[in-house]
Amino acid sequence: MSEMTVDTPRGGAGTRALVAAGIGRRYRAERRFRLFGLVAIVSALVFMVLLFVSIVGKGYTAFLQTEIRLPIHYDVQTIDPQGLRDPVEMRRANYGKLYRDALHEMFPDVESRGDRRMLNGLVSSGATFEIRDHVFADPALIGKKGEVWVPASDDVDMLVKGNVDRNSPEHERRMTDKEIAWIDALAAQDRIETRFNWRFFTQGDSREPELAGIWGAVSGSFLTMLVTLVLSFPLGVATAVYLEEFAPKNRWTDIIEVNINNLAAIPSIVFGLLGLAVFLQFFGLPRSAPVVGGLVLTLMTLPTIIIASRVSLQSVPPSIREAALGLGASKMQMVTNDVLPLAMPGILTGTIIGMGRALGETAPLLMIGMVAFIVDVPHGFSDPATVLPVQIYIWADSAERAFVERTSAAIIVLLTFLILMNAAAVYLRSKFERRW
Amino acid sequence: METVTVRDAMQTTLDNRLAEGDATPMPAKIQARQTNVHYGDKHALKDVTLDVREGEVTSFIGPSGCGKSTFLRCLNRMNDTIDGCRVSGTVQLDGEDIYDPKIDVVQLRARVGMVFQKPNPFPKSIYDNVAYGPRIHGLAANKDELDEIVLTSLEKAGLLAEVKDRMESPGTGLSGGQQQRLCIARAIAVNPEVILMDEPCSALDPIATAKIEELIDELRENYTIVIVTHSMQQAARVSQRTAFFHLGELIEVGDTEQIFTNPKHKLTQGYITGRFG
Amino acid sequence: MPLSLLLLVLAVLSAFAYRFGTGRARAIAPGRQQATLHSRPTYHGFYVALWCGLPALLVAVAWVAMQPILVKGLVLAGLPDSYSALPEARLNLIWNDIRNLALGDVVRAAPAPEIQAAAETFRRLYTIGQAALAVLCLVLAPLGARYAYGRVSRDLRARNRVETVITVFLVASSLVAIFTTIGIVLSLLFESLRFFGKVPPLDFLFGLHWSPQTALRADQVGSSGSFGAVPLFTGTLLISLISMCVAVPVGLMSAIYMSEYAHRKFRAVAKPLLEILAGIPTVVYGFFAALTVAPFIRRLGESMGISVASESALAAGLVMGVMIIPFVSSISDDVINAVPQAMRDGAYALGATKSETIRNVIVPAALPGIVGGVLLAVSRAIGETMIVVMAAGLAANLSFNPLEAVTTVTVQIVTLLTGDQEFDSAKTLAAFALGLVLFCVTLGLNIFALHVVRKYREQYE
Repeated sequence: MSEMTVDTPRGGAGTRALVAAGIGRRYRAERRFRLFGLVAIVSALVFMVLLFVSIVGKGYTAFLQTEIRLPIHYDVQTIDPQGLRDPVEMRRANYGKLYRDALHEMFPDVESRGDRRMLNGLVSSGATFEIRDHVFADPALIGKKGEVWVPASDDVDMLVKGNVDRNSPEHERRMTDKEIAWIDALAAQDRIETRFNWRFFTQGDSREPELAGIWGAVSGSFLTMLVTLVLSFPLGVATAVYLEEFAPKNRWTDIIEVNINNLAAIPSIVFGLLGLAVFLQFFGLPRSAPVVGGLVLTLMTLPTIIIASRVSLQSVPPSIREAALGLGASKMQMVTNDVLPLAMPGILTGTIIGMGRALGETAPLLMIGMVAFIVDVPHGFSDPATVLPVQIYIWADSAERAFVERTSAAIIVLLTFLILMNAAAVYLRSKFERRW
Repeated sequence: METVTVRDAMQTTLDNRLAEGDATPMPAKIQARQTNVHYGDKHALKDVTLDVREGEVTSFIGPSGCGKSTFLRCLNRMNDTIDGCRVSGTVQLDGEDIYDPKIDVVQLRARVGMVFQKPNPFPKSIYDNVAYGPRIHGLAANKDELDEIVLTSLEKAGLLAEVKDRMESPGTGLSGGQQQRLCIARAIAVNPEVILMDEPCSALDPIATAKIEELIDELRENYTIVIVTHSMQQAARVSQRTAFFHLGELIEVGDTEQIFTNPKHKLTQGYITGRFG
Repeated sequence: MPLSLLLLVLAVLSAFAYRFGTGRARAIAPGRQQATLHSRPTYHGFYVALWCGLPALLVAVAWVAMQPILVKGLVLAGLPDSYSALPEARLNLIWNDIRNLALGDVVRAAPAPEIQAAAETFRRLYTIGQAALAVLCLVLAPLGARYAYGRVSRDLRARNRVETVITVFLVASSLVAIFTTIGIVLSLLFESLRFFGKVPPLDFLFGLHWSPQTALRADQVGSSGSFGAVPLFTGTLLISLISMCVAVPVGLMSAIYMSEYAHRKFRAVAKPLLEILAGIPTVVYGFFAALTVAPFIRRLGESMGISVASESALAAGLVMGVMIIPFVSSISDDVINAVPQAMRDGAYALGATKSETIRNVIVPAALPGIVGGVLLAVSRAIGETMIVVMAAGLAANLSFNPLEAVTTVTVQIVTLLTGDQEFDSAKTLAAFALGLVLFCVTLGLNIFALHVVRKYREQYE
C-alpha cells in the first residue's frame, strides 16, 4: 500500500482508489456540516418567530377592553343636592354611587354586603371618573337617565377574553361562580362588549390594569429621546469630524479613539451608575426626569454615533477634499460644504440606529429613578416620568393576570417604533448609498 | 535584444531535448475542445481547443488579461469557486470529460493539483502543510506512511534539506521561495497526475525563481505540468510546448522552439519580439 | 423664566444678530464690492450671532451648575443650630424634605416649622436665582451683539474667528468621551472607597455569603449585612457560560453557513432577519424569558422528574445566548471574510471539500479573531442586565447547577439601587463596588479582545 501511494509516478490507480474509497465518508461529513449550519440559522429564526408569536398572541387582546353598559341615573341628590352647579362641589360628589345604584337596580336580589361588594367589583373603579367626566362635559344630563359604557374590572376582562378557564374548579380561578352568573346575565342583555381600548393609548400608568395606559411612558420616551438626540447628534458628529478631519495623529488622539471604542462596549448599567452619582448626587438634578435620562442615554449613544459618523466620513474620497482645498476653500469650508453633506446619509443612519438602541434601553434608567410609579403624563423635561421599556419592566413585575396582556401590548408598540426607525435607516442607506 | 535572449534560451532547451532523445510527441493528457468561459456578461475565454501532452511542460503565455489563467483554472475546475462563472465546451482528462456531472470535483483535484501565483501556505506547521492533502484523502494508513509521504514530497520539491530540522515551525515563517516550494511539495504529496502552476515565480526573486525552474524541469519526469507565465524567457527555459493567448483566444500553440523561432501568427511574432504585451 | 424658554429666547436673539451682521457687512461692501471684504457676509453674521449667544449661554450653564450648590448652602446655613450638628447623611435627608416641600411634591404630613421656613427660603432663593439669570442673559446677549456689530468692517477676519470657535467646539466635543470615562472611573472609585471603608475589600471579593440587608436602627439584630460577592460572581459566570454555550456554536455556524454555503438570495433574507434579534430590546427578552421560557423549562423538567427552579439560570442563560447570537455571528462573519481567498484556493486545489476547507483551514486561520469576538460577547453577557433582572433569581446561591436560581452582579446592582433608601448606606454603596468590579472586568476583556482582533486583522492586511 505504502509503495503504491508514495512511489507510483504520475498519479496512478493506487492513489485514485484510495481517494475514491474515502469519498463517500467525506461527502457525508460535508452534508452533516452543512446541515449544522442550516440548523443553527433556522433555530435562531425559529426562536425569533416564537418570541414574536408569543408576544403578539398574548398582547393583541389588550387593544380591546371589555366594557359594561349601565343604565345610569344622574341623580341630582348625589351630584348637586343644592343645585348650585358649583364645579368645586360637583367634583367632590360621589359618582361611584351612581353606577353602584345602577348595578343594584339590575340585580335587586343581591342582598348581602359581601355579595354587593362583589357585584360592584365587576365594574372598574375608573368608572367613577368617567361618569364624572360625562357630567362635566354635559351638565344637562343631571337628573336624567342614560346608558353609559364603563370599563369592566380586569378580572371580568380576562374572563370575557377567555384568559380564565370557566370550567376550572372555583377555588382555582379569581372569579366565583356567582360573578360568572352575573356576567352571563349582563351578556344576555347585550350589556357586555369588547371595544377598542382607547384608554391604553391615552392614559398614564395605573394600579388597575384596565385603566393603565402607555401615553405617560410614550411621552416620557419622547422627551428623553429629544434630549438624547439634541445632545448626542451634534456632539457625536463634531467629535467624528474633529477626529477624522482635523486632529493630528498622535498619542492624544489615539487615547481618545481607544477610549471611544471601549465606551461602546461598557455595560449600559454602568452609565446608570454614572448618572446616579454625577447627575443626581453631585449636580442635584431631579430624580426620574427625562432630562437626566436623556443625559445618560446621550453618553451611552455617543460612541455609536461617533463610530458610524467616522466610517461615513472615511468613505468620502480624498479627491473631493483635494478639489475643495485646491479651489481655495478653508479646511472648515471644505468640511461643512463638501464633505459633511456627502457623509450625512451614513451619519443619519448611524444616528437612527443609536437612537433605536437608546429607545429600547432600560437598565441605566432604573438607576436614575425612572422606575417610579408615575400616573401623570409628563409635560416638561424635569417632570417625573418613565419611558416605554421601563413601563414594560414595571408591568412585567405586576402580579395581576391582566398586566401580562398590557405588557405584551406595550412591547408590540415599542417594537413597532423600533421597526419603523430601522426601516427608516434601511431606506436612507439604500436611497443615498454611494459607491465611490 | 529580447529576441536574442529568447533564442539563446531556446537553444539550450533544444539541446537538452535532443540529448534526452525526447523527440516523439507524447499522448495527450488533457484535451480541451471549444472551451468557453463567461464571467457574468464577460466572455473571458473563446473557443479554446488545445491538447496538453503527458510528461511534458506546457506553458501558456500572453499579455495580462488574455485568459491564460482562466483557462488554467478550467483544467481542475477551480473556476467553480467563482460566483457567476460559466464554462462550456469540453475538457477531457484521459478521455473523460471533467465537467461531466458524474465527475467528482474532489477526486478530480486530487488528480490535477495546482500551485498559485502567491505562495499560500496554510497557517500550520511545515509538516502539517504537506500532510494536509494525504490526510483529507486518507492516503496514509498510519503515521509512518504519512511521515514517508511528507519526507518524499519535501525531497522532491527540493526543500527537505532546508527544513528537516524545523518541521514543526509554521509554514508562513519560510522565505517566499521556500514557501512556494512548500506549496509544490503540498501539491505533490497528493500524488497528482497533472500539476497546474499559475505564474509560480512572479512573486519571487531571481535566485528563488531559478530554483523553482530547476525543480519544474525535474518534476517533468513524473508529472504533466502546465505553467502560466508572463516571462517569455521562463516559458522558453522550462517548457516543451507553448500556447499563446490573446484577448481570450488561443492564437497559436506549438513546440516551444517553433513558437519562439518561427511563429506562424503575426500576433505571436509581435508579442515575442516585444512589440506589445 | 424656565431654562428651556430662556434658551429659546437666546436662539431667537442670535438669529436676529446674524441678520444684523450680514446686513452690516453687505452695507459696508455693497454688490460687486463684496470681494473687498476679508470674509463673506455670512461669516460676519455668524460672528455677531456668536457674540450674542455664546457669552450668555456660558453664563447660563455656569449658573445652572452652581445655583443648586449655593442655594443648598444658604438654606442649610439658615436652619437652627441644632441641625448643623447632625451627621451629613441625616442632613441630606432633611435637605430632600425641604426641596420636596418647596417644589410642591408630596411629603410626610406636617413638617416642622423650621423646615417649612427653610422651604420658603429655598423657594425664594430659587425664584430670585432664576430671575437674576434671565435678566443677566437678556442683558449680556444684546451687549455682545452690539460689540460685535461695531467691529464688522472690511478687514475683520470674521471667518477665522468663527472657525476658531467651531474648532474649539469640535475639540471640546471629542473630550466628552474622555470626561465620560473619567466620570465613570471617579464616581465608581469614590463610592467604592466609601464602601470599602465599611466593608473590607477582601471580605467583599472573597466572602462566600451575600445578604445585604442592613437594619434601619443600629440596635437591631444583624444590623450589618454581609457582603461576600463570590456567589454573585459565580452566578454571573454560570449564566454567561450557558449563554455562550448557545451563542458561540449557533452564531459561528450561522456565520459559516451564511458566508460559505448560503445562496445569495437566502443570505439576503436570512441575514437581516438574524440582525433583528440584535435590535430587540433586552427588556423584551427578559419578559419572554420570565414568562415563556422559564415556565417551559420548569414543566419540561417536571415531566422528566427533575425539579427546576422557576427562575433557573438555564432560562436566563438560554435567552441571553439567543440575544448574543447575532453579535457572535456578525463578528465571525467579518473575521471569516478577512481570511484571504488564496487560503481557500490552496485547500480546494488539493481536493478538499468545503467543510474540510472550513474546519481545517479557515477556522484555524480565523481562530484569533473568533476568540477575540467571543471575549467581546462574554463581556456583553456579563454586563447584560434586564434579562437576568427579570428572569434570574434574587437569592445569592453559591451553585453551579443550571437548574437552580442564581443571582448576578447586575441583578444585585439593580435591586440595591431601586426602591427608597438613603444614599450613604453600605447597601447602596455596595452597588457601586459591584459596578466597579463589573467595569474593570468588562474593560479588561474588551481591551484584550480588541487587541487580539486588531492583531489578527493586521496579519492579513
